[in-house]
Parts: sequence; structure tokens; C-alpha cells
Amino acid sequence: MNAPAAPSLAVNVGGLAMRNPVTVASGTFGYGVEYADWIDVRRLGAITVKGIRLDPWPGNPLPRHVEVPGGMLNAIGLQGPGVAGFIEQYLPRLREFGVPVIVNIWGTTLDEYAEVAARLSDAPGVAALEINVSCPNVKAGGSSFGTDPATMAAVVAAVRRRTRLPVIPKLAPNVPAMGPFARAAVEAGADALSLINTLPAMAIDIERRRPVLANRTGGLSGAAIHPVALKHVYDAAQAVKAPIIAMGGIVGAREAIAFLIAGATAVAVGTANFIDPTTPLRVIDGIRDYLIRHRMASVSELTGSLQT
Amino acid sequence: MPICDAIILAHAPLTGDYRLLRLQAPAIAEAARPGQFVHLRIPGLEPTVLRRPFSIYRAETDGLSILYKRVGRGTETLAALREGATVSLMGPLGNGFPLTGSAAKPVLVGGGYGVAPLVFLASRLPRQGVVLLGGRRAEDVLCIRDFEALGWPVEVATEDGSRGTRGYVTALLDRHLGGATAAPELFACGPDGMLRAVGTRAIATGCRAWLSLDHHMVCGIGACLACVQKLRMPEGGTRLARVCKDGPVFEAREIVWEEPA
Repeated sequence: MNAPAAPSLAVNVGGLAMRNPVTVASGTFGYGVEYADWIDVRRLGAITVKGIRLDPWPGNPLPRHVEVPGGMLNAIGLQGPGVAGFIEQYLPRLREFGVPVIVNIWGTTLDEYAEVAARLSDAPGVAALEINVSCPNVKAGGSSFGTDPATMAAVVAAVRRRTRLPVIPKLAPNVPAMGPFARAAVEAGADALSLINTLPAMAIDIERRRPVLANRTGGLSGAAIHPVALKHVYDAAQAVKAPIIAMGGIVGAREAIAFLIAGATAVAVGTANFIDPTTPLRVIDGIRDYLIRHRMASVSELTGSLQT
Repeated sequence: MPICDAIILAHAPLTGDYRLLRLQAPAIAEAARPGQFVHLRIPGLEPTVLRRPFSIYRAETDGLSILYKRVGRGTETLAALREGATVSLMGPLGNGFPLTGSAAKPVLVGGGYGVAPLVFLASRLPRQGVVLLGGRRAEDVLCIRDFEALGWPVEVATEDGSRGTRGYVTALLDRHLGGATAAPELFACGPDGMLRAVGTRAIATGCRAWLSLDHHMVCGIGACLACVQKLRMPEGGTRLARVCKDGPVFEAREIVWEEPA
């Protein structure tokens, strides 16, 4: 008996061509170069780098993280080298990997988002822009833009005007319903959606009666948030036709496949990178094995295949 | 560098809650330098439990050893593992202590299980010095025999006076600083308060002090920016270094300590 033909893993996320549907979540993979010593990053469908704003940014004081049951809280606060630092220090090496680079961008004003987008659009080697309108850990910018549909849409539109790259807003999970946000983002010019960001959360040291995180609050990530993310992805997929990059609590292929069935076109591995850096590669292999087992010729057959 | 599965070769209790874990990891052992660490994933926990960093205590041809203290659920689970079980390791990580050809006499200052990388360091330094160890009680003072086997004299201070001098290890250090003899070179690992006190004395007396910081870490390889430390730059200004990747060892003059919370 002939071996079945290898299923096609290639996907297109709003104009971003990926050889497989697996990327990494912004903030969990540095600027791509750090993990290159540990895994073959050339196998990834795309590399999504840590959030970049116009100028270098110091982030929050320590402690910036705490482990909690089912995951962790972080309040790194978007420490980063600024757009010029990123282009100079990291982009040349990222280009050598031959993998599409998604740059996560943020700002404190609409103009800043737009300016960062314009600067990155002129830099060779950037494949798409993920707009961070949902970081819970910065006072200005981040989720202050992402929890009102009109404000979020204004950010998307401002970026849209300054770039030809695929524009992918990363939506906040702490909203009453995902549908209106997904629709508003697409109407404002988003080519695809990315969801979810971390969930606003808190931990208290009961002996000292103080918040554990110096920022007082942080964002919850890890296995615990997968069911929450799955519901949001499902709702967004019902609301819009735009492709979705799904993330939140992937620890192996099982969670990733559930996202695809719920309607995602691609997935991103986040916190699991810290624990097992091979997770994204295991997810790629696991999706391929699943497609073979279910006699599917392409991962696109899996997307939105939920039986209800 | 591959992520390696290491078989437990030996796992033995030391004094108190401290334990010695010997792992079969020849590639990491061969590459390891004193002051570097391994990032260990404890098996049997939920998939989102983070790795834990441990300083390398010994690196021999067939394996490497770490010392640890049972302090929480992670190390409790680790403590229950028997010989033959497997743990996942990333390493060796970090920059380690400099093994310079400095003529200054090395003075090693260790607090609690912070002594672990200093044993490895003493075995690799080209010149012999002295070791100063501190702990809350006698059971918190580890590895004295290791240093004695290398021919290094050991001085001990405990806070309750149950072993050696009563008080902090920095009182022992003061006797080696500021005398008529040439300035020594300090190498220290232990709690932040001890490191800060060692650094302050080093700066005041004009000797170099290499301090190994013990920040909580997440990724261990410089990607997540959870364990940053503010450093002075030689040309002025400050920068945020990653303790896991750019450290854990920094020279005392570089470190900008945060005010106590």
C-alpha cells in the first residue's frame, strides 16, 4: 500500500503566507534569535517578536512574574529596544532564518502606532504587523485601546493607512463579547485577527499583604486560559470571515487542533515555550499526524470544521 | 545546544532540607564553567510548571551535580525522584565567574546553598584562596569538606552561633579586607542582602567582587525579560541586563541595587 501523500500544512493569514500554521506568541519568544540556539526556528510557520514601540522602553520594576496554578502572571511591561533598535539589532539575523517575521507593535497614541507601522513597513524582512491593543501591563496604550471597539478600530485604521503589510490586531480577552470587536477590527481594515492576549489578573502575598507583582496586576497565561481563548476564537470566527491566529494555553498539538476546529487559520504557542522550547515543533508534527489520521489533505479542511 | 534528558545517577540528602542531585549529562558537564547554571524541568508536575534554575555544583566527565534546598512544591517533587528517573535540562546557561589570571588572592563568600557554584569555582581557579561561609544555623553551612579536600581553608559564621563565629559572613570578610595585605578578589553567591553587603565592602576597599545574582527566572535564555537587573554602563547611564543570559555574575560596581521595598 502506498503511503498517503503528506498533507498540506501551508496557510495564508490575510496575505501572510506561512508554510505551516504554527507561530509563537509575542513576548514569549524574545526577538527570535534567543531560541535559535535551542530549536530549529526555520521550521516555524512564522516568528512573532516581542512588542515594539517607537522609542526604547524600560518596562516595569521587578518582580515581573509569578507562577500560579495552571500558568503564570507576567507584568514585563513591554520592555524593548524601540523600532530603530529592533531594525538594527535583530532584524538582520531574523531575515537569515527565512521565516516570515510578524512584528508586534504598540504605542501610547494613534500617531505612535502609525509611525511604528510606517517605519517597519520600510524595513526589509517584516512580513506582517500584529497590533497590540490588549497588553494589560502598560498604563497608556495596550488594553486602554483594546477594550472599546471604536478606539480599537481607530488604532487599526491609523496603522492601515501607513502600511501595505498585513495588519493583524491582537484583541483583548476582557470584553463582554468578541463579535463586535472582531467586526470593528475587520471594518477598520484588519486583514486577520490575533487572539487572545493575557487575561488581567492578580496575585497577593498573604504574609506580607502585598501584591506579588511590582506592577500590582499582570496578565494570566498558560494552560488555564485555553478554554477561555477557545470560546473567543469560536465567537470571532462566527462573526467575521477574516483569518484568525489563535493563542492561549497551547501546551501541545491537542489545544492547537481545537483552535483550528473552532475556526482559527493559524495558532501561536506562548508560555509553553518557556517550559519546553520544542513545543511549537511538536505542535507542527502533531497537526500533521492528526491530518494523516483523519485523512485530510490540507490543514484548511480542519479550520472551522466544528460539528454542532 | 540540545535540550537534554538527564538520568539521575545519585540523589542524596545532606543536612537539613538540602539535597545533592547528580545527573548524567556529559555534554553539559564538559561545557560547564563555574557560575553557570542548568534550567531543570521537574517531571510529574502540570505542563505549565516553569523550569527551575540551579547553579552547577560539580561538573565531572560523566555528569554534573546540583545542590538544592526543599522550599516548595517544585523542590518537594524533585526530592521524591529516585535514581534512574529522568529530568529535562537546558544548559549550561549564563556567563559564570571570570577565571582571570589576576594575582589577587581569591576570597569566596557563600550564603546557604549559594555555596554550590563556589565549590566548582574553587576546583577551577588557578590559585588558592580562602572560603567564608555563612548561614542561619549550622545545618545551613554546606560543603566545608569539599573545600578542605581542595586544600582551601574555610571560615564559618552562623547567625545563631551554632557553628563558627556568631553573626554574618560579612564580619568574617571584614577581617580579610582593608589590612596591610594586597586587595583580594571576591567571588560571592548567596542571598541578595549578603551580595549587596559584599559589594559595598568591595567598593569601599577597592577590590573587585564578582556577585552571582539569584533572581527568579522564567525562560532562562534571555527571551522573556522577567529577570532583568539594572547595570551602570562604563560610559555613563544605565541598562537593563538579563540575569539569566548576561549574568548571573556581575561585578559589584556595575550593579544598581533597587532601594528596599
